[in-house]
Amino acid sequence: MISVKNLSRKFGDITAVNDISFEVGEGTIFGFLGPNGAGKTTTINILCTLLAPTSGSAFISGHDCTKSSSEVRKSIGIVFQDTTLDRDLTAYENLLFHAYLYDVRKSEMKQRINDALHFVDLYDRRKDLVKHFSGGMKRRLEVARGLIHRPKVLFLDEPTLGLDPQTRASLWEFIVELPQKHNVTIFMTTHYMEEAEVCNKIAIIDNGKIIAMGSPEDLKKTLGGDIIYIKTTDNSRARLDIEKLLGVEVFEEDSELYLMSQKGDYCIPEIIRNLGEAVLSVRLQRPTLNDVFLRMTGRAIRESDMSSGDNVRQMVRSYRRKFERT
Amino acid sequence: MRELNAVYVIVAREIKKFTRERSRLISTLARPLIWLFLVGGGMSRLVSPGMGVSYIQFIYPGILGMTILFSSIFSSISIIWDKEFGLLKEILVAPVSRLSIVIGKALSGTIISVIQVVIILCLSPFLGLKMGLLSIIYVIAISSLLAFCISSLGIIVASFFESFESFGAIINFIVMPMFFLSGAMYPVKQLPDILKLLTKMNPVTYGVDALKHAVFRGRAMHDFSIVTDVGLLIIASVISIIVAGVLFERKN
Repeated sequence: MISVKNLSRKFGDITAVNDISFEVGEGTIFGFLGPNGAGKTTTINILCTLLAPTSGSAFISGHDCTKSSSEVRKSIGIVFQDTTLDRDLTAYENLLFHAYLYDVRKSEMKQRINDALHFVDLYDRRKDLVKHFSGGMKRRLEVARGLIHRPKVLFLDEPTLGLDPQTRASLWEFIVELPQKHNVTIFMTTHYMEEAEVCNKIAIIDNGKIIAMGSPEDLKKTLGGDIIYIKTTDNSRARLDIEKLLGVEVFEEDSELYLMSQKGDYCIPEIIRNLGEAVLSVRLQRPTLNDVFLRMTGRAIRESDMSSGDNVRQMVRSYRRKFERT
Repeated sequence: MRELNAVYVIVAREIKKFTRERSRLISTLARPLIWLFLVGGGMSRLVSPGMGVSYIQFIYPGILGMTILFSSIFSSISIIWDKEFGLLKEILVAPVSRLSIVIGKALSGTIISVIQVVIILCLSPFLGLKMGLLSIIYVIAISSLLAFCISSLGIIVASFFESFESFGAIINFIVMPMFFLSGAMYPVKQLPDILKLLTKMNPVTYGVDALKHAVFRGRAMHDFSIVTDVGLLIIASVISIIVAGVLFERKN
């Protein structure tokens, strides 16, 4: 649905986007993660035809973002980082304005707007001026607006920025339903890593370059899997038992044993069965995308052991090779 | 069709907002009334333009011009608001041409100005001005042309400013001089040479002069011929809207 090849954009001496390539499949949620200033918004602006790339190409649904901007614009909906609603118009009028701009057929306009308002649960507030809306309501209204012209791709640029945790959670519940309900592909950026868990595929961008790409699960696996912490009555004996059982190295720290495993949840029952009553406590720590991100952007490498750091770098290199060729 | 829809909805939005904000309508009408009755009424005792026309009647076309000047500029400068509140981005990513957006904005300013002109026209009987239906039609036609020209100029001005803090500068350095150097308050013929030159470069001058033709039909209150006035206004409008379109395209 989206295909980006060797895309670069320079602003004077600064290279905001540096030779990035990726593909987004139809009906999927693609997450574009990175710290502020990594090049996320520049990429979105190029895809939305607001900015021309310095080199490389970008296609949306088969249309070239630089050459057939009008076709691209018809097939995308965008929710920008900052609100772009007219505060002095009602919710309904804002959507009507959009419907006219996108040349929605007059006979369908009313129905589509009302459907969209129902979908985001704002139908009862349709006659209220947008300036009286809360942040979450505005964001929902913008998503509804972005869907009015039935786009093939919906861009969400930091959709939950500045919202309270409850509103963020309910917004996500509703975003994950979009691909099925509205037959739309989602391209989103965020810097809340835990929110990216809903994505089918993630690309991590830093300093204008994509440094890792894959499903959230794959990315987390690059960290070496889950960590299991065990306390037993006799640590030195349990340590030998577990090493023999699973064939992995077990470490001890603060009278607690820990080990890394790709499938921590399956290892725990096995360990307990084997050690029996000697086990006092077990806890499992799963790597989060946040860990992945910290590791990938290089900021956490010096804190961790070098072997896994090297691992990650290798992974990154192979990822780059794999995706830059396509 | 798509482009026409875009022009239509951009205009409709502005009109809706204009009619919704009563305070804006009242405040935009207050300025011409203050000038007409407080300045015009006061000066009437001092100045007599001759030909049986009182000063308050003499400045009436100028006040119409002022109304158009202010409301057209304000309307176009709302682009800066749109930029600040983000709505401009929503318009810019829509599949419509930049020219349609600019024309939509210019027509919004035109229509809002003409609504106000019509309201001020209702005052003419109280000033002792007898205007026939033909005069009224002339006034509205000339007002539309002038308003379109000034609205386009306003878009050019707006494209140079990023935030609304520059609003004061626009009013003081652009709008007020355009008003005073337009022959609205005094005949162009009697101005010193340097001011006369500036006045002749100001499109508002020809709008006000054409309005003088329409209001005082048959009485020679004007400085230029109606053909000069209308011709120059049309030329200025076409140049302005094209420049506005090009600048808008380039800046966004």
